[in-house]
Amino acid sequence: MEKSEIIKLISLKLALEILKQPDRVITPDEPLISSGLIDSFSLVDLALQVEDLFGVRIEDFELNVDTFDSLNQLSNIVLSRIK
Amino acid sequence: MTTFTANLLNHLDQNPDKVILHLQKAGKGDIHLSYKDLIEGSSRYAFALSQSGIEPGEVVIIILQHGIELIFSYLGTILNGSIPSIMPFLTEKLLPEKYRKDLNSLIEITKPSAIIAFKEFMPEIAFLENKSSVKKILISENIARENIRGTSYIFSGLKREQNDIVLLQHSSGTTGLQKGVALTHLAVFNQIESYRHAINLTDDDVIVSWLPLYHDMGLIASFLMPVLNGIPLVLMSPFDWVRAPHRLFQAISEYQGTLCWLPNFAYNFCTKKIRENDLIDVNLSPLRAVINCSEPMRYDSHIMFAERFSHYGFKETALATCYAMAENVFAVTQAGIEKPVTYDVIDLEVFQKEKIAQKPLDGRQSLIMVSAGKPVKDSYVRIIDNNCLDLPDRHLGDIIIQSNCMLEGYYLRKDETQRSFIDGWFKTGDLGYLADGELYISGRKKDLIIVGGKNIYPQDIETVVTEVEGIHPGRAVAFGVFNEDKGTEDVVVIAELEKDDKSNETQIGEEIRRRVTQSTAVALRHILLVNKKWMIKTSSGKIARLANKEKYLQEFNQK
Repeated sequence: MEKSEIIKLISLKLALEILKQPDRVITPDEPLISSGLIDSFSLVDLALQVEDLFGVRIEDFELNVDTFDSLNQLSNIVLSRIK
Repeated sequence: MTTFTANLLNHLDQNPDKVILHLQKAGKGDIHLSYKDLIEGSSRYAFALSQSGIEPGEVVIIILQHGIELIFSYLGTILNGSIPSIMPFLTEKLLPEKYRKDLNSLIEITKPSAIIAFKEFMPEIAFLENKSSVKKILISENIARENIRGTSYIFSGLKREQNDIVLLQHSSGTTGLQKGVALTHLAVFNQIESYRHAINLTDDDVIVSWLPLYHDMGLIASFLMPVLNGIPLVLMSPFDWVRAPHRLFQAISEYQGTLCWLPNFAYNFCTKKIRENDLIDVNLSPLRAVINCSEPMRYDSHIMFAERFSHYGFKETALATCYAMAENVFAVTQAGIEKPVTYDVIDLEVFQKEKIAQKPLDGRQSLIMVSAGKPVKDSYVRIIDNNCLDLPDRHLGDIIIQSNCMLEGYYLRKDETQRSFIDGWFKTGDLGYLADGELYISGRKKDLIIVGGKNIYPQDIETVVTEVEGIHPGRAVAFGVFNEDKGTEDVVVIAELEKDDKSNETQIGEEIRRRVTQSTAVALRHILLVNKKWMIKTSSGKIARLANKEKYLQEFNQK
């Protein structure tokens, strides 16, 4: 799967399921946590959505700004695990 | 009657090797602390404070992440007879300038003599030393390394008396930090004594918690009560729990946890966000009470929790509730221990229009109210109307309370303290009714927002919003809207655009979102930008929060 495709899928899921704003476009480098777009209660949610989409496991210690703050970073994690 | 220091030293004397605290940290092994370990670790802080000339009765602000040093510094401050107050740690999301401003307002009002913080935090606070009431800033890492064995030192905490203030509790945010709830030794021991009875606490109990210590539910029920009573406590960090809620259940299984306090949202969160895979071998049958407290309690949350976790041994009879506030140390009422929690089914329309909770007439829409139970020993509850007259059973009114464990006052805030009492009764600001001696909470008079059990003052958010370019100064409201799915409130902001120009709306919206998060750690769910005519103002031109919330709910057709 291409990285751009992963980003697109997560972006759609995030806008629809977590932000509840289906029209919201999230750019690949837009900060998710540090910008306040998603709060700490939604972190697990996002991880679970990503796990469901791609069948990979996201560990709880990965749910922080260093590894998880943009779709770009997130898709890198996914890519490294589905290959 | 006794003091904290005398109590802790008594445990040390009687049971030095009893393991009282199991501290968990994700990715690391559990740390097991006996009374001896606890007092030893805490002594280092007491000694350091004493060496720095920090006197009994002086306030010490503690800014440390959840962990062993937070525990040691807290108890160490008490052993020195000084008064600890925990300031929530600066998270990565918060803007340092804003945090500094909050800290400053805390310091101006509370006038602490010392601050304890990590080394990395020094650049943030170094400027305070000798420029304010702060005589000394102590670095936690240096104290932790200190070897004080063989030092002869008598705890100044032994000189404290039961009517002296032992600790301060603050809510977060600029507004919350300006009101420190001051509690005496006697008040805390009285509360613990009453609450022990209310929950039938025995030596067989084990308490498991992920709650932060700057919150009464975390500080009193899930830290001080067990430690002062010799009840083992398993403590994990809220930061770890929110990323891996299953850890709570694994800890309950591993340590045979019998008691746990949770805010309502945690019932929904645990039910919906834990993978089946993470619950393998989890056994929740040791739990005799999971106590819902600190935000509105929902029947649906209870049911979904019991349904999902009954497969893991959770007993529905373990569902319990509590109405608590820092101003009463902790619990005012408790339900679900002797008998199951009462769910009161009432007529929705009659309740809304006539403010009376009565059984629904046939076929009419009903509302399920969750009982908060009966007052704990030596706490008293009254329901009054706007003229301060007592209301009969099942009539909705203001909740006022009195007890033998009330706050001494808001620290150095005589004005606020006086405003909060009426004829010796504390005005809770909550609305509710009594039925058969049990209390039902149905809302708040004050405009406080509660998200996930954490109090948020709308004015803190509004101040930030109106500073955003493009927003009319002073024209913003923030309020909470209950989210059924999450079991807690979402925060909504309505702000008036300076010009009736919607072209850069998205930009302004994002800027508001970013600033609010960085200033208050709140993630906004919905931002509504409106033109000049939308907002409802009072005759004096002020923005009416409640009226605008109602208008918003009508327009967006949400419950």
